Amino acid sequence: MSKKLRTRKHQVVLNRSAGGDAGITFFLTIMGVFMFLPLLYVVIQALKPLDELWMFPPRFYVINPTLKNFRDLFSLMGDSWVPFSRYIFNTVFISVAGTFGNLLFASMAAYSLAKLKYPGRDFMFDLVVKSLMFTSTVTGIATFITMSLLHWVDTYLAIIVPAFGYTLGLYLMKQFMETNVPDETLESARLDGASEFYAFWVIAMPMVKPAWLTLIIYSFQGLWNAGSSIYIYSEQLKTLNYAISQITAGGIARAGASAAATVVMMAVPIIVFVISQSNIIETMGSSGMKD
Amino acid sequence: MSKKTEVAAAATDQHAVSRKDMTRAQWTWKEMKSNKTAYLMVAPFMLIFLVFTVVPVVMSIFLSLTSFNMLQPPKFLFLDNYIRLFLDDDIFITAIKNTLIFAVITGPTSYMLSLFIAWFINELSPKIRALVTLVFYAPSIGGNVYLIWSYVFSNDSYGLANGWLMNWGLIDEPILWFFDAKYCMTLCIIVALWLSLGTAFLSFIAGLQGISKSYYEAAAVDGIKNRWQELWYVTLPVMKPQLMFGAVLAITGSFGFGGVVTALAGFPSVDYCCWTITHHLDDYGGTRWEVGYASAIAVLLFAMMLGANMLVHKLLSKVGQ
Repeated sequence: MSKKLRTRKHQVVLNRSAGGDAGITFFLTIMGVFMFLPLLYVVIQALKPLDELWMFPPRFYVINPTLKNFRDLFSLMGDSWVPFSRYIFNTVFISVAGTFGNLLFASMAAYSLAKLKYPGRDFMFDLVVKSLMFTSTVTGIATFITMSLLHWVDTYLAIIVPAFGYTLGLYLMKQFMETNVPDETLESARLDGASEFYAFWVIAMPMVKPAWLTLIIYSFQGLWNAGSSIYIYSEQLKTLNYAISQITAGGIARAGASAAATVVMMAVPIIVFVISQSNIIETMGSSGMKD
Repeated sequence: MSKKTEVAAAATDQHAVSRKDMTRAQWTWKEMKSNKTAYLMVAPFMLIFLVFTVVPVVMSIFLSLTSFNMLQPPKFLFLDNYIRLFLDDDIFITAIKNTLIFAVITGPTSYMLSLFIAWFINELSPKIRALVTLVFYAPSIGGNVYLIWSYVFSNDSYGLANGWLMNWGLIDEPILWFFDAKYCMTLCIIVALWLSLGTAFLSFIAGLQGISKSYYEAAAVDGIKNRWQELWYVTLPVMKPQLMFGAVLAITGSFGFGGVVTALAGFPSVDYCCWTITHHLDDYGGTRWEVGYASAIAVLLFAMMLGANMLVHKLLSKVGQ
């Protein structure tokens, strides 16, 4: 074969042309700018003093950066009708309880679906996969009726319990267990007299750490970002996200505080992702759907 | 090791023999009894899943055939709700049109973007790749960060777009952007694409990293000439499961994209320019409490999502051929 081999940093690279590399770099740069500039602009807006926010012509950069918007945000929080700590408690409580239940239920079910064989197993997993194919908007009304029948409307339960049955977490966990927990290890534990619960908790769970970290992050993020819910009327039960959207909704004077709030709400999930990125990517390695 | 395999083999043999003497139902019942723990483990999750996902789907289908306002018992109408939707509700026709435009543009585009960007960054060094991944992924997890687009395209002269266009003398009056039927849809599509590099993107990145170098070497020997052939004949067939998973997420994302539109363009949007099925559903289910009618909308949306999934499943089976 008379193929010209290119090298990149002393590594032989097959089938890569210089022109293609240049084109791809160009495309990635354009896309990167399109993705990144709005994120940067949120931060810039949050640092602008009021007169710069309402300046003509508007500037992309900030002339006199200030942290006043963040201080305004916190003082506005102090003025709210329900003590702000209550909203924080609600959000933390809902997120922690919902995530914990989801982790426990989904990993137990994932173990059963991935590692045990019994009638009805494939049918159940098939239903779970089907459920990934539509959004919860579709079931919203019927779920509301179910909630009223259970008398759960306007309680924490209406938010927390459905989160236990969050299917993407189960799906990722099951797929990961299938590839990362060897049957031989489980089999030898069973021969040694281990119960199925022991095999699940003591043997399988430590092997799938990236998967449960991913499940925790996805579940927590979903609950953390939950804004106003149709199931909650009482001000005392509402979440942080809702409270922040309320304070920032008011007019020109609050534009700065609003940008500051967006920065705070965006920072939390992004920081969590930075810390856990390698684990999430590892989990996604087995996320594929087989026919 | 070999001893264990023998034991396992003996166990299967035993099943095979004893199965012959039983009817299918008897065998199933025996298998169920011997796997009590397995059912016990799957039961809590499945119960919640049943009550809050499966039952609501069935309930929606039933309610869509009735007239129901949550106070009086449902009255059976058969297909009247569906007939009314298609023959008597112009706004719903607009909603279908907008949803389809939206899904047909953002679904495939976001899917392709996720795939190609993941593929392009696959050969970067791990540190740079992690950083680039973060930049592309961040918008999709950043809470309500998409609201920045309403600052950039605000309807007064203080937003970047209007401010700059006016300053350069290209326009005299500020454009209303999200509140102008001419621009609203395009802008919402741009924002949707900005938000679309999510879980599917991560799944593609992981899938690409899992492909062994030896495949590419073998392919080069077999006469693959450039990176595009390599992508089509080697990479994509190997990562078909990820492609399938990503497609499912892209479809639900593009058909269910409503909340962001409401936040940017209002509810309802001007002249219903970005009014989608999700909005129509919210309107009848959440505001008017016409539960039967809203359920019919929900069932149609459900059918569209499942239909799109089946179609894409067929298309993806042609990859690499």
